[in-house]
Amino acid sequence: MRKLKVGIIGSGNIGTDLMYKIERSDALEMSVMVGIDPESEGLKRAKDRGYEVVTDGIDGLMERLELVDIVFDATSAKAHKHHSELLVAAGKKVIDLTPAAIGPFTVPTVNLNEHFAQPNLNMVTCGGQATIPIINAINRVVPVEYAEIVATISSKSAGPGTRANIDEFTRTTSKAIEQVGGAKKGKAIIILNPAEPPILMRDTVHALIAEGGKEEEIAVSINEMVKDVQSYVPGYRLRGTPQFDGQKVSVFLEVEGAGDFFPPYSGNLDIMTAAAAKVANELAKQLAAAEV
Amino acid sequence: MLQRSFEILDVTLRDGSHAMKHAFTEQQVIDTAKGLDQAGVSYFEVSHGDGLGGSSLQYGFSKVDELKLIEAAAGVCKNSKVSVLLIPGIGIKEDLQDAVKAGAKMVRVATHVTEADVAAQHIALGRELGLKTVGFLMMAHMADVQKIVEQAKLFESYGAEVIYVTDSAGYLLPHEVTERISALKQSVSCEIGFHGHNNLSMAMANTVAAVEAGATYIDGSLRALGAGSGNTQTEVMVAVLERLGYQTGIDLYSIMDVANDVVAPFMQRPQEITGSGLIMGYSGVYSSFLLHTQAAAKRFGVDERDILVELGRMKAVGGQEDLIYDVAQSFAVKKAL
Repeated sequence: MRKLKVGIIGSGNIGTDLMYKIERSDALEMSVMVGIDPESEGLKRAKDRGYEVVTDGIDGLMERLELVDIVFDATSAKAHKHHSELLVAAGKKVIDLTPAAIGPFTVPTVNLNEHFAQPNLNMVTCGGQATIPIINAINRVVPVEYAEIVATISSKSAGPGTRANIDEFTRTTSKAIEQVGGAKKGKAIIILNPAEPPILMRDTVHALIAEGGKEEEIAVSINEMVKDVQSYVPGYRLRGTPQFDGQKVSVFLEVEGAGDFFPPYSGNLDIMTAAAAKVANELAKQLAAAEV
Repeated sequence: MLQRSFEILDVTLRDGSHAMKHAFTEQQVIDTAKGLDQAGVSYFEVSHGDGLGGSSLQYGFSKVDELKLIEAAAGVCKNSKVSVLLIPGIGIKEDLQDAVKAGAKMVRVATHVTEADVAAQHIALGRELGLKTVGFLMMAHMADVQKIVEQAKLFESYGAEVIYVTDSAGYLLPHEVTERISALKQSVSCEIGFHGHNNLSMAMANTVAAVEAGATYIDGSLRALGAGSGNTQTEVMVAVLERLGYQTGIDLYSIMDVANDVVAPFMQRPQEITGSGLIMGYSGVYSSFLLHTQAAAKRFGVDERDILVELGRMKAVGGQEDLIYDVAQSFAVKKAL
């Protein structure tokens, strides 16, 4: 089976970490890293590892479209809109790691294959990737009337884009809690903690469910879901056991990263790149199978 | 009328929301707002305890929508202006726009003391909407003076007109307040404010230290109604600062009346320094954790002081109420072994 060629736009931390994850894929071939700063660490690393590099951003990539089948965008929501228009018009598959949310939200354990026909898939947010599986796990047992997530990340793992546009996290995550998680109403909170040494990403899901009395089934469903997420984020785990209080369910999670490029405390960044790589891998398998 | 030496900003209807478990009624807000207006308070704050958008399972749902409360408060004021709190990560810009429609005239954008850069858009929006715009550095005991100055300069660069040193944990001692306020006075051109909590019984002493170091915005709450062991008591502060020779612009009897005749009757418990309040001040824990810690201690059968000391050790920041239950549960598991 042919491996699909991958381009990554954005040679920052996310793009660089993603490159290492693509290298491990059996269906993807790392092809080109696209940046705008020739001196960036990500571009240097890509070059050292023998990949093509484009140093003048999307314009440069558009001249070398033969290098890519699937393009990840790890820049900003604003830049992504422009990138996506050009790439989709050129017939490329686009996986969006920015909060632009042009294409449908994709969370691997919940709706991995659902939107593969779409040209652009959005990876929600780190908090969304960590918590929406749990909301879905509850919702498949008892309807979730309301779900709220609290993502606490170390200050060091929050990049300048996230910091400048923190409302985008809140809005995008809330929407995805409803659209993908299945909650009737969603809310998201993000907290930055500067403690040293940096804390692991923590996520809490609070949900109000339609009826009590199915605690055991919900707990089983959550545990199965945690195992599913662990298949691509091994450091994803429950803290304690799910807590039930009438119709309220609280679930505590922590996410330790794989340490590919980010330090392990940055579970928030790792779960984004791991989820994006997982989606691309499955997409590549389907596309390659269709070509045969 | 004599010129005021500084502005006393009353936070009863916002910080007090924590102590009231976010259950203020419209009538309580109207009565308190009228009293504050009549006493001559220029600004007072109305919001969920955790700011706009704070109504949640994490912090407690508001009994009455905060926008309704803001509108009710603004509607009865002749001179006083309503302030709102906005913590980026919890509330968003749309919440501020809604609050302005409801009558808010001031916004205080709050971040953890080291994270000012998440507030750039919200501060800019506050200015754009014509609000008096304040940057609020929470948990100010967790950063050294140099860091606080650096973060205050960020707030100033985004357009903040006032910058607060906020002792969210009631941990600071007067000489530490003096040090922080003086450093800010020297390095930024904004006005400087101070918000205290009384966990170590230092709120009034800290407030006096802040004023003497040059702070021109000072927070208080009536009967000290606020998170943890409460805030600097507004009506007492008026008396103390008048005795020190300052002009507060607030009528002592009127402010005492609203404290004792309006606020005291609806308080759910006296605002005293309890065991857990003291430990919060001692170990530097965010004051609004108090009632959540008591609930978690009861649920998991562990000592609330142990939970608080552990949270202090873990350097928990404001908003991490979920961590309280996580810590309590892990203590309960250890205890059962």
